[in-house]
Amino acid sequence: MSQTQSDMLVLVLGICGVLLVASFVGHMLERRLSPDGSNAAIENLNARINAWWIMAILIAVAFLAGRIGVLILFAFCSFAALREFVTLTNTRRADHWALATAFFVVLPAQYVLLWFENYGIFSVFIPVYAFLLMPIISAVRGDTQHFLVRIAEVQWALMICVFCASHVPALLTLHIPGYEGRNVLLIAFLVIVVQLSDVLQYVWGKMLGRTRIAPNLSPSKTVEGFVGGVASASLIGAGLWWITPFTPLQAGAMAFVITLMGFFGGLVMSAIKRDRGVKDWGHLIEGHGGLIDRLDSVVFSAPVFFHLTRYWWSLT
Amino acid sequence: MKSVIARPVATAILLFARAVTAVRPIWSDSGPPRRRSVYFANHSSHGDFILIWAVLPPRLRRRVRPVAGADYWLKSKLRRFIGRDVFNAVLIERDRDRRTVDPVAQMGEAMREGSSLILFPEGTRNQTDEPLQPFKSGLYHLATLQPDFDLVPVWITNLNRVMPKGEFIPVPLICTVTFGAPLRLAEGESKEAFLQRASNALLALSPGKASE
Repeated sequence: MSQTQSDMLVLVLGICGVLLVASFVGHMLERRLSPDGSNAAIENLNARINAWWIMAILIAVAFLAGRIGVLILFAFCSFAALREFVTLTNTRRADHWALATAFFVVLPAQYVLLWFENYGIFSVFIPVYAFLLMPIISAVRGDTQHFLVRIAEVQWALMICVFCASHVPALLTLHIPGYEGRNVLLIAFLVIVVQLSDVLQYVWGKMLGRTRIAPNLSPSKTVEGFVGGVASASLIGAGLWWITPFTPLQAGAMAFVITLMGFFGGLVMSAIKRDRGVKDWGHLIEGHGGLIDRLDSVVFSAPVFFHLTRYWWSLT
Repeated sequence: MKSVIARPVATAILLFARAVTAVRPIWSDSGPPRRRSVYFANHSSHGDFILIWAVLPPRLRRRVRPVAGADYWLKSKLRRFIGRDVFNAVLIERDRDRRTVDPVAQMGEAMREGSSLILFPEGTRNQTDEPLQPFKSGLYHLATLQPDFDLVPVWITNLNRVMPKGEFIPVPLICTVTFGAPLRLAEGESKEAFLQRASNALLALSPGKASE
């Protein structure tokens, strides 16, 4: 067994252990406090834990399938996220071609470019080419009402759901000396730190939360949850240094940046939800809401993590 | 032979509809309908009945037949196969002058045979800015013909954005199908009053109204 495989096995066992404990606690809480399924908070907690099992298994299967598996998984995430995002926009009939292009040309093209690992193209394809192409397609249809709002929304949807999200599998394109063949562990590091940070902010907030941090955006986020979650997730990130090319201190600093970006990503996406008058982005994941509700923090942290790692560690 | 292909085609259409629209039912307070019913819905796309069909529990789905225009669904071999063999549609002639059978009699026959129906009482796809066009009288006639059937209003959101008229590529957007409380014809209720009540019940399920 290679070093990468044995590290992966340790991670999988660790995650299984955490989820087993969570399932056990959730089951005990249900038996004690909600035997007839009447306590909404506990039912939601258990729905969330069950959804975590499914998400963890899906990611593990994608990792087993290798590069193609990871690309397909994240292409699907982009598709589902884009579908949720565009549903909430003001697009009109005249945007039909632009939207069809976004879904069936731009999205697959981004992931194909990632497959060919050409940084010079996949890092500018959406910010430059799609950015210019989309408004052209919409303009050709001749409907000028709310034109700037419409094209801005489509570009934003592509940037968030496709461009930023694709920076998770983009980690596979980095060439880090002494870290060959282990890049998939960088994805594991990012996803584990971001998601743990979300969970820990929730847990700290439930235990100690008093002061709301952004009452207009997200009534459930508290200062105590934020500080506790970011601090503990950063520490765990430092403790995961052995799966990264970083030293423990560097891994902690990276985890700190990731959790900060993730937190603010959650705030931004909440602001959009409030503006559109919805509570969740969708209903894809039982107990969590839509896919974007789970992916928002990953989407904001992935490009920053990618570029920091690329700038200081990668040869490409 | 046709029925051998029809089942997998039905499954393929179901998967495709789910992939594009992630369609989700929103049941009324009483949960999914349990008995045979006439589902009447707003109409903006040829795919409307597919979404209702897709969200119904399999047990109900097997017994539901959409009511659709013969002029559209008999036009080509493919449409005929999908309309007749896959969805077992009750195909009615909408043009009064070309009619040889009474559409209400056709629908009543299907109901007597134990089928539920999916019906679009506006008669044709709504291309106006109004959320709902005036109802044709077919729904009233069915209510008098089969008074023991539940008439369930069903509001479909977003499918007109997925596939606007004249476009041939669907854009993936999330659709919902909202079921209202069942209606019955009241004693001595006039046609106009009943159709108005049914129309109001359907309109009350639309997103703009529901949040008010």
